[in-house]
Amino acid sequence: MSQTRAELSVWVGGAAGDGIAASGESFAKACARSGYHVFAYNSYQSAIRGGHVCMHIRVGRQKVWTHGDGLQYLVALNADSVERYAARVPPGGAILYNRDKFDVKPERIPQGVQAIGLPVMELVGNQLMQNIALMGALYELLGLDAGAFKGLIRERFAKKGEGIVATNLSAFDKGAAFARAHAQPGGIRIGASDGKHRLVASGNALIAFGAVAAGCRFYAAYPMTPASSILHWMAKNAVKTGTLVKQAEDEIAVLNMAIGASHAGVRAMCATSGGGFALMSEAVGEAAMTETPVVVVEVQRAGPSTGVPTKTEQADLFQLLGASQGDFPKIILAPRTFNECYSMTIQAFNLADKYQCPVLLSSDLYLSERNETFEGLDITNIPIERGEIVTEANGEPYRRFLDTKTGVSPRALPGTPGTVYVAATDEHDPDGVVISDVFTNPSMRAKMMEKRMRKLDHILKELPEPELEGPKDADLTLIGWGSTYAVLVEAMQALNQEGLSAKGGSASGGKVNVFAPRALWPFKGEATRRLLERCTMTLAVEANYIGQLAKLIRMETGLAIQHHLHKYDGEPFEPAQVIAHARKLLKTKPKESTVASVVSDEGLPPDFSPIAAPGSEAVRVH
Amino acid sequence: MSAQAAEISPQEYKTDEHPIWCPGCGDFGVLASLYQSLAALKIHSKDLVVVSGIGCSGRTPGFVKSYGFHVVHGRVLPVSLGVKLANPKLTVIGVGGDGDGFAIGGGHIAHAVRRNFDVAYLVMDNATYGLTKGQYSPTAPKGFMAGSTPYGNIEKPINPLAMLIGYGATFVARGYSGKPRELADLITRAIEHKGFAFMDIISPCITFYNTYKVIPPQLAEVPKDHDATSRTRAFELALREDKVYLGVFYQTQEPTFEEGVAQVIKAAQASAPPRLDEIFAEFA
Ligand SMILES: Cc1ncc(C[n+]2csc(CCOP(=O)(O)OP(=O)(O)O)c2C)c(N)n1
Ligand code: SF4
Ligand SMILES: [Mg+2]
Repeated sequence: MSQTRAELSVWVGGAAGDGIAASGESFAKACARSGYHVFAYNSYQSAIRGGHVCMHIRVGRQKVWTHGDGLQYLVALNADSVERYAARVPPGGAILYNRDKFDVKPERIPQGVQAIGLPVMELVGNQLMQNIALMGALYELLGLDAGAFKGLIRERFAKKGEGIVATNLSAFDKGAAFARAHAQPGGIRIGASDGKHRLVASGNALIAFGAVAAGCRFYAAYPMTPASSILHWMAKNAVKTGTLVKQAEDEIAVLNMAIGASHAGVRAMCATSGGGFALMSEAVGEAAMTETPVVVVEVQRAGPSTGVPTKTEQADLFQLLGASQGDFPKIILAPRTFNECYSMTIQAFNLADKYQCPVLLSSDLYLSERNETFEGLDITNIPIERGEIVTEANGEPYRRFLDTKTGVSPRALPGTPGTVYVAATDEHDPDGVVISDVFTNPSMRAKMMEKRMRKLDHILKELPEPELEGPKDADLTLIGWGSTYAVLVEAMQALNQEGLSAKGGSASGGKVNVFAPRALWPFKGEATRRLLERCTMTLAVEANYIGQLAKLIRMETGLAIQHHLHKYDGEPFEPAQVIAHARKLLKTKPKESTVASVVSDEGLPPDFSPIAAPGSEAVRVH
Repeated sequence: MSAQAAEISPQEYKTDEHPIWCPGCGDFGVLASLYQSLAALKIHSKDLVVVSGIGCSGRTPGFVKSYGFHVVHGRVLPVSLGVKLANPKLTVIGVGGDGDGFAIGGGHIAHAVRRNFDVAYLVMDNATYGLTKGQYSPTAPKGFMAGSTPYGNIEKPINPLAMLIGYGATFVARGYSGKPRELADLITRAIEHKGFAFMDIISPCITFYNTYKVIPPQLAEVPKDHDATSRTRAFELALREDKVYLGVFYQTQEPTFEEGVAQVIKAAQASAPPRLDEIFAEFA
């Protein structure tokens, strides 16, 4: 008898180039089209071919917040995947593999798990179609309707002709038939979906889409993982969206081009990862000093330096906060969900234009590169605020950097008669005249500093209020930002569920809530202090080593977060890791502050050497 | 050039700001020639963007009525490209020093040239870092003595003209600030040129590297019979060391970057917003 669950996870593991994207992404998309909620996270390494890749696809009848903690079904496209993950497949689950390529030793197969080796050559006569055949077998085990998957096969191969479509469909059917004849139905299955056709995208696609919706018409970039998919999305859609997309020679040129385009009046954006952002640094201050609106997306990956290009981390907050010399107004936004990737990118453009300053939008690999179902994006009522723009001279001399109550001076765009001015990176007066040589005018310098910095007071009012999610009277508050938010929500839900069912005296029972600010600069210090003062116990969960958000909170509120859980192994937090740690804190309620870290278990032997590993001759890409 | 207006006097491009340059600085001559060229081409201030880097030369936008942009050190070319692509109707002139252009910003030149976007890039070349008090620059000769090279410069200078011809710039010329009339003519041709126009303008720094005595005797006009359409001839002329030649070394016509992306630019400037619902369909 198979048990029916509200969700299940399939991992597709293999070497880069094994066709994981084709099968894994199609499976995720097919599930979305069949009405399930989907979360697909691809754990990969910096190699085009070879190297190890594992796509984690979690499918749910309700929203799935993360890629989860484990799997029930493993589609192993190489022996390495079996070595790594087989032991984690629970009873009722299955391991599917291509019997022609490798054998699975019986001692590798856990109790109650089926190992189904397809004789791919015999079945379909072509090893290249192993992934499609394995998918057919998977569908059979899961008892899912394969209509949506087959539809995707048709779409994917349509360009290659009817013949190719037919062979792929037949490979799928043969895989299914083999499983029907030689395997038991899957012991773990998912309940029926609501049948609603769901949309699926990557976080980066929604940032890019948000930019286009906001009216971004100039995009520049230098390729850098994990920001490159924004460049590709922008380029692919450039003609449809009317956006000029420019790959530049380096990130210095990238931001300077965007600033040039913005000076001419066009909404401009660029995106990069930490290393590229370091090169952009000087131009961030340039935008602030010349009061040129611009949006910069920083998709964090594991640093420092070249670091681990294909792995996630949240260790660039201090870089964003500190970017560029001097004091100047800048805004740092950190979306936490797909809907926020979209809506906060739009907000970023509006704030940039209204306050004529750089807006830095921080994301990370885990948020940007995963594929997830989403709903509820408003694509018809998009708020567009371009700020104050002068369209004609009014007889008075035009003062581009006029000292105003809000610090914002109405902007004139090149081409407007009668309002010419110079935007200078040197300090200047309200007319734009450079005063950097006038050492006798400290009062003008002070006045211009105050004019610019004043914007921050007004920006602050437009940013979201800090809020707690979950029960107000929680025993533990989980604190995080960016992609970690989703993990915290899942952990909170699980812990509170556990607390409810344990009513009447379980040891771990305790209520949990979440605090995850999404506007990180300027920071609502006072409001955050009032909110956190009421929390019983606090735990900051961050994918970095030093706890950068916790340090920012301390700096801005004077409050020290009690407990810290860090992760810097390149993989995102798994909900179980947070749940276990929270449970321990709820139980022991330590008086002293604690700092702990967790590492993901990739099933590698302790003496694993990348030199001896398959795929070590892979072409590296950064 | 686009956006023509009625007669404009060179004086009209002057701003109220007075150049802070040292008396006798070559940059005054360049500025005067620039006013002449703008007037000759009747370019309206509102349609002009003068982008400059940092340095004494970088101060130029402050003295020219235009939507100037005094950017950070070395980034004249990427900012100019951004402006030009965002609004191709604007006349974009980039100005800056030899340090700004060939040292810190040197990496951008090859790529700006490859794109052949429509800009006149005027390097005010004094073979030194004027603003930071006279260190050696990429065009300073061997043996150059200054604060950072107290034992004399041991690097050989770059040859800007040969470099730009080598990169494939579609207009390459040299002028001298001490010959303002000829210089104005050359700047006019550079602005008129459709595509990437480069000018190396010898503009002595009277304070830190006074070459007013040594330069003039070396100067010569580009020979009358020079074939400026030949890249090989241009290269040969650029490599000659007998004289410092003034004039147009090379000029050719190639499609500009703006023409290359005209379709997207047209779409970008169309007022009709993109159909978000159509794009949205790809997520289904
Ligand atoms: C990133 C950065 N590094 C250094 C400087 C200091 N700096 C200002 S101008 C300059 C060199 C100027 O030389 P050049 O470009 O030849 O201009 P000139 O003053 O000779 O006209 C330098 C090094 C700076 N402003 N920014
Ligand atoms: S220091 Fe040299 S380059 Fe600068 S203004 Fe004086 S003379 Fe001109
Ligand atoms: Mg110089």
